[in-house]
Amino acid sequence: METNHKENAATRYFRQLKFTMRDPILLITVGVVFIFVFMFIVFPLISILKESMISEGGFTLSNYWGILSSRFNRHIIGNTLKLGITVAIFGTVIAFLFAYSTTYLAIPHKKIFNILSIMPMISPPFVISLSVILLFGRSGLISYEVFHVRNDVYGFWGLALTQTLSFFPIGYLMLRNLLQNIDPSVEEASQALGANRWKVFTTVTLPLMLPGLANAMLLIFIQSLADFGNAIVIGGNYTTMAVQIYQQGIGSYDMAGATALAVILLMISLLAYYIQNGVIGKKSYVTVTGKVAKERILIDNKKVTIPAYATCLMICIFVLSLYALVPIGAFVRLWGADYSFTMKWIIYVFTIGRKYIVDTTILALIATPIAGTLGMVSAFLIVRKAFPGRTFVEWSILMAIALPGTVIGLGYVLTYNSGPIILTGTGFILIMALVVRSFPVGTRSGIAALKQIDPSIEEAATISGANSSKVFRSITLPLIKPVFFSSLLYSFIRGMTLVSTIIFLVSANWQMLTVAIMNQVDQGLYGAANAYCLVLILLVATVMVIMKLLLRLFKIDINGDL
Amino acid sequence: MNKINAKSVELVDLTKTFITSTRGEVLAVQNVNLTIEPGEFVTLLGPSGCGKTTLLRMIAGFEIPTSGKILFNDDDVIKKTPDKRDLGMVFQNYALFPHLNVFDNIAYGLKIKKFETKVIKEKVLAGLKTVKMDDFSTRVPSQMSGGQQQRVALVRALVQNPGVLLFDEPLSNLDAKLRLHMRDEIRRIQKDIGITSIYVTHDQNEAMAMSDKIVILKDGIVQQVGSPQEVYYKPANTFVSNFIGKANIVEGNVIAVKSDIVTIKIQNKEYDVKHRNAKTFKIKEAVDIVVRPEAVDLTLDYFKSVVKKTVYMGVSQDYWFDFANKEIEVSDYNPSSKRVYKEGEEITFGFQEESIHILHKI
Repeated sequence: METNHKENAATRYFRQLKFTMRDPILLITVGVVFIFVFMFIVFPLISILKESMISEGGFTLSNYWGILSSRFNRHIIGNTLKLGITVAIFGTVIAFLFAYSTTYLAIPHKKIFNILSIMPMISPPFVISLSVILLFGRSGLISYEVFHVRNDVYGFWGLALTQTLSFFPIGYLMLRNLLQNIDPSVEEASQALGANRWKVFTTVTLPLMLPGLANAMLLIFIQSLADFGNAIVIGGNYTTMAVQIYQQGIGSYDMAGATALAVILLMISLLAYYIQNGVIGKKSYVTVTGKVAKERILIDNKKVTIPAYATCLMICIFVLSLYALVPIGAFVRLWGADYSFTMKWIIYVFTIGRKYIVDTTILALIATPIAGTLGMVSAFLIVRKAFPGRTFVEWSILMAIALPGTVIGLGYVLTYNSGPIILTGTGFILIMALVVRSFPVGTRSGIAALKQIDPSIEEAATISGANSSKVFRSITLPLIKPVFFSSLLYSFIRGMTLVSTIIFLVSANWQMLTVAIMNQVDQGLYGAANAYCLVLILLVATVMVIMKLLLRLFKIDINGDL
Repeated sequence: MNKINAKSVELVDLTKTFITSTRGEVLAVQNVNLTIEPGEFVTLLGPSGCGKTTLLRMIAGFEIPTSGKILFNDDDVIKKTPDKRDLGMVFQNYALFPHLNVFDNIAYGLKIKKFETKVIKEKVLAGLKTVKMDDFSTRVPSQMSGGQQQRVALVRALVQNPGVLLFDEPLSNLDAKLRLHMRDEIRRIQKDIGITSIYVTHDQNEAMAMSDKIVILKDGIVQQVGSPQEVYYKPANTFVSNFIGKANIVEGNVIAVKSDIVTIKIQNKEYDVKHRNAKTFKIKEAVDIVVRPEAVDLTLDYFKSVVKKTVYMGVSQDYWFDFANKEIEVSDYNPSSKRVYKEGEEITFGFQEESIHILHKI
């Protein structure tokens, strides 16, 4: 064997660079993605890390010591974890009940349960909290009007309830997907060996689902950690880290403390995300292929189906009525005191609040195509192209999915408030924030879609004389069209409903609806808050319907993606 | 179809190393030197993992060589991306664009090269005619069989009038009968046009039937380059002799060497074997002797053995027996006109002198 062809890492890197250089358009695209990822994901995090470790000009860990030695802050970290674990457990149990019932049981109205899974995606994150306050708060419709109790809904249980109801649908979607992909013949084999339905469930279905359940639990846990909207609306004195980061950083302008806290939250989130994707993800027994080998024979034993159906229906009706309460509240003069009909709040949001509506829509509409394209392009580069630093780009983008919004927001304030590039106060930084908060999800689905497509199809186009850009536009993009459009839709919805990151970045020049809603809630003006919510949901729904109609017109099927 | 645009291809010291997580650095292709004349049909043949696909993908430009040169008509193309190399390629899984119909699939490259619409139409329809698929232009790939898809893929590559046409195991997804048909069709069209073709396969029959020249690879190293006759009759080593057809390897000793004849002795029988490099053999050297199963003659009586196993194959009666500590396989063709031996029966045989090939022991 000859050994004179060994090359070290540096020459390999250089050769890869030369390979990229052969194709100038590719080089430029890679460059743009690099700059974006660095400026708006990596660098803000570095700023936070740096700020948290520097005091009076020198390196120090005293900020962390400050956090960990303060009883108040230890308490907040404890609060966040306790809440996250509680929500993760309850959320996963409900999610599994829904997933199992819809895939394994012969029960009616499965479509309604699916609507439930879409609701949290198209509404602002704090809608459930708002409704729970309207129903069970101090002047709540049920707590006060019916039971005449001045109930204190703020705090741990209120927050745990709203987060569970907000986040279990995410777990439901994931578990349903997994259950659908369990090959029924495995369970039939178990039955053929003498197991009854219960035994099949405990010895086959449940063990197969264990990694999936752990996965769902972590997914919900991460959501709960990062949740800002519900926590600030209904948390009351029960402060979580996401809220404290904002209050310490923006409220008290204690950047040292805020950044240290942000780094701790970031570490917990990334650890959970790593366990979810790196450890459990590899243990999964069920491969999601999108193909089901054969039809499953549904369980129709009434002793099983009736209790399951009743429970699901009750939860479903409860959650849907919480969502329905918001539009109703928009027409009520003064919740808790005067329930007469009024158009006052609607007129209010279209006059005084017009800037919020217009600004938000403009910013979301600008961010949408950027995020959609960036998602697909980055997925294409990651899956199909070898270029130096590819792992760095892939890792940074996928990690961004797990970044708590408050951490990113704080990072932007730190990085772009001063220094060589000042961006705070501009619409540009808001757009970038919206893009960063939505395109990684597009990248992830794009990667999954591209891995299903044989690379030789693109190679055939290259051989026919198409350069990288032409291949992407004429072959890749048309083939992953459904993913592209659902990521556009997702980006728009995300742009309209985001709270956590942008609350750090709004200014007199550019206002956002969600922030306006939070301000109204803060002042106890629930009518205006509800009216804003209604407008927001209607805007999102309108765009969704238009998009669906357009897609139907062009015969594009995004079924299952949104 | 067009004026011929057949290029020559030259590979100079082409080497490719991969880094794998399990085995560390792996030499996928090692110092390959190869010259392909314009219009030649060359097959890269070898077992899976031998580096033949890597070699093809380096020629295409999808893989970057670690070192070495690739010349098309004396023009180094290493720095060019695949789209600038003037190539056509037919893939194993057809790789038709699923969202385009047959016409647009074939027209794809022509549109990129900015041909006039009228010319594109003429070329596409003429191309479809050569594979007798005139009526298929509006079909989409999912409405066609594998064989039809592969024919469209072939036309898509041909209408570009590329300098070199590459085939990456194009027939391995087709059923046996269609495979035979397509192999003749590809060869016929290739000869008609006279296009330089490089064809990767692991099927030795395909390689034998189609090629002007076969390149046999193992572990990234070229074992032999030669015409089908050369690689069959004069295999360069025991690997080639066993990979192309079946081979019995028996041992013998050299007893004399003349200008181009080596005299060897197997047991007590002497054979005069022609060899191009006879001078490389030394007297008393122990050599490997390659004898094809059909070159063992049961009407001769130089050696004796007992039949261990016999199988009737239709075209031949096959026998297995031991000879000088080795198992010998024999194919006796047209058995109806010959004596058939049973298991346990004694048998006499000899080797046909002109069919013997000798190899140095490694």
